[in-house]
Amino acid sequence: MEISRETTLEMYRRMVRIREFELAAIDLFKRGMVKGAIHAYIGQEASAVGVCMALRHDDLIAGTHRSHGHNIAKGADTKKMMAEILGKETGYCKGRGGSMHIAAFETGSLGALAVVGAGIPIAVGAALAFKLRGEDRVAVPFTGDAGCNTGNWHEGLNMASIWDLPVVFVLENNQYGVSTRITNSCKIKDLSLRAQSYGIPGVRVDGFDVLAVYQAAKEAVERARRGEGPTLLVTESYRFEGHYAGEPEVYRDRAEVQEWRKKDPIPRFRNYLLEEGIASEGELAAIEAEVRQEIADAVKFAQESPQPDPATAMDYIYA
Amino acid sequence: MATVEKDAVSLGITKPIMSPDLIVQVPPGVPAKEMSYQEAIREALREEMMRDPSVFLLGEDIGKHGGAFGVTRTLYDQFGPERVRNTPISENTIAGAAIGAALVGMRPVAEIMFVDFSGLAIDQIANQAAKLRFMTGGQCKVPMVVRMPQGGGAGKSTAAQHSQSLEVWYAHIPGLKVVFPSTPYDAKGLLKAAIRDDNPVVFLEHKFLYSFRGLVPEEDYVLPLGKCDVKRQGSDVTVVASGYMVWHAMAAAKQLEQEGISVEVVDVCTISPLDEETIGRSVRKTGRAVVVAEAVRSYGPASEWAMVIIEQAFDYLKAPIVRLTGRFAPVPFADSIEKGFWPDTGDVVQAVRQVMAY
Repeated sequence: MEISRETTLEMYRRMVRIREFELAAIDLFKRGMVKGAIHAYIGQEASAVGVCMALRHDDLIAGTHRSHGHNIAKGADTKKMMAEILGKETGYCKGRGGSMHIAAFETGSLGALAVVGAGIPIAVGAALAFKLRGEDRVAVPFTGDAGCNTGNWHEGLNMASIWDLPVVFVLENNQYGVSTRITNSCKIKDLSLRAQSYGIPGVRVDGFDVLAVYQAAKEAVERARRGEGPTLLVTESYRFEGHYAGEPEVYRDRAEVQEWRKKDPIPRFRNYLLEEGIASEGELAAIEAEVRQEIADAVKFAQESPQPDPATAMDYIYA
Repeated sequence: MATVEKDAVSLGITKPIMSPDLIVQVPPGVPAKEMSYQEAIREALREEMMRDPSVFLLGEDIGKHGGAFGVTRTLYDQFGPERVRNTPISENTIAGAAIGAALVGMRPVAEIMFVDFSGLAIDQIANQAAKLRFMTGGQCKVPMVVRMPQGGGAGKSTAAQHSQSLEVWYAHIPGLKVVFPSTPYDAKGLLKAAIRDDNPVVFLEHKFLYSFRGLVPEEDYVLPLGKCDVKRQGSDVTVVASGYMVWHAMAAAKQLEQEGISVEVVDVCTISPLDEETIGRSVRKTGRAVVVAEAVRSYGPASEWAMVIIEQAFDYLKAPIVRLTGRFAPVPFADSIEKGFWPDTGDVVQAVRQVMAY
C-alpha cells in the first residue's frame, strides 16, 4: 500500500502530539491541578493514529475513559482538550466532562463513554443510521482488551454482523484491564479469533507499528464502506503507564514494563522515517519542537481559561 | 362496556373492566374515532413514520409478529424490515443503537418487550442516553424514545418478572423524560410529542390498558410533555394518580359524587420532569390529597407526589395525605395473593372518605 510522505509525516506528528499531551497532562496531575484521574494512552499511540488516519473526517469514533489519544488522532484541538481536563468553560465539553469524556464532535465523534464497552452499541446504532440513509460513512468504536468481555461488546458485534453494518471494532489490547492481565480474563490468546463467532473478519496487528495498523484499518474501513460489513481489528500493544497516572502498579514488575517500553512506537517510527529517507533529522526535530510548543500553549490556554459560571450548572441537561 | 380487541390479547391481558365513558377528552363536534390505547400508540408510530423519514423502530419481535403485545402489527407490512427492525435479544444494544442513530440525526423508537427486561439496557439509557448531552457540554442531542410496557393488575399479572411498575428507575435520572399515558387520547398525543422531542424519552405503556378504548381526534395533534393533566375538576379532595390508577381514581370519583364528595383527579402523565405546579395548585384548592401509584410503596412515585404536596401546599392541608401503592413485594402469581396487591377503586373510595372524615 502506497502511503504519501505527507500522510506519513502527519502520522508522526500526531503520535508525538499524543505523547507530549499525555506527559503534560500527567505533569499537571502530579502538580495537583487535575481533578479526578488521567488515564494515559502512552505506548498505544500507533493504534489510534493508524486507525484514525485511515478514516475520513465524517467517519465517527466512539471513545472510552482513555481517549485523549483517539481524539488527537482524529484531529482534535489540544487547547480545547487540555482546557477540558482542567474543567474549563473553553474545553470541548465546557468543563462538564473532564478527562474521561473529552469528545470533539467537530472532528467526528460519538462521545467518550467511561463505562467499559458502552461505545460499542452506540457506534452500531450510528452505523445503522448510515446504512439506512445510504451513506458510505463508517463508525469506529475503540475498546481496551478488557472491553471484549462485556455484554456490550458481544451484543454489538453480533448486531453489526447480522446487518452488515459499516463498523470497525478496534480492540486495543494493552494487556491490562486496570490490574487484571488479559491472560487472566480471556482463555484465548488471539482475541481476533472472537470474530469467528460473528462470521466477520478478525485481524490482529502489531499495535506498536503505525503503518501496520494503518494498513489493516484501511482495509477494514474500505470493506465497511463498500457495504460488506464489520471487521474486528485487534491492535497489540502495552499500557506503559499505570491504569491512571500515579497508580501504584502493584500487580506487575518494573522489569516487565521496561521490557515492553523497548517497543515504544515513537522512536521506532522515527528510526523508520530516517532509515527509509522519508524525513531528515532536522524535519523530525522541527515537528517535535512545534508539537512541544503547541502543547505548552495548550497548557497555558487551559490554565488561563475560566471555569464554568455556577449560574450555568443546570445547562445542557435537556435539549 | 368496551369490546375486547382481539390483537391486544397476549399473556392473558384482555378485556377492559372500566367504562370508556369515565374519561372523555375530545369535545363534542371534533371529528374523532374510537380506538384502543394499543391502536392509538400504533397510529402515533404510523403517522410519525409517514411524516418523518428519520423515524424508525427497532426491538425484539416487532416485525411481522407485531411485538409481544401486537402494538407494531401492520407497520412492518407498511414500512418494511429496514424501518421496522427486528433485533436479536440484546436489550442493551437495542437501547445503545438507538442512541447512536439519534446522535447522527435519526429519531429511533426502540421497544423493550417488558419494562422488567430493561435492567439489561439501563446503562445505555441511564448512563449514556441521559448524560451524553450534559457531559459533552451540549455538543450533541439524543432524540430517541424507548417504549416499554409495564404494570399488572386485575387478576391478570404474569408474576415477578413481567408485571412490575418501574417508572422511578428512570424518573430518578436527570436528562431523561418519562411518560406514562393513561388513555388512548393521551397515548397518541404524548407519543407523537416524545418522538418529536430532542431528548431521550422513556415511554411507558400500561399493559392492562392496551385494550381500553376511547375517542381520539382524527386530526394531527401533539400533547405537551412535562405537564400533568387534570382529568376531572373537583373541590373537596385531589387524587393524584398515573397509568391504570387514573381509571380507579376516576371510577372512585364517580362513585363518591353520589355521596356529595367532589374529587379532582390529577393524572401524572409525564412522570419526569414532574409538573409540580399543577399538583400544588390542585391541593391548594381542595386542601386534601390522596396519592395513588401502582409501583411498590417505598421510594415510589406516590412518595414523590406526596412530598411535592407538602412543599407546595402544606399550609392548605386539612388532613394528612393518604398514600396508596402496590405492596413492597415482588408481584405474585396466584390469584389469591395477587388480590389486593395493587390499589383499586374501592381503596381510593375509602382513602377519600378517610381524608374527608379527618
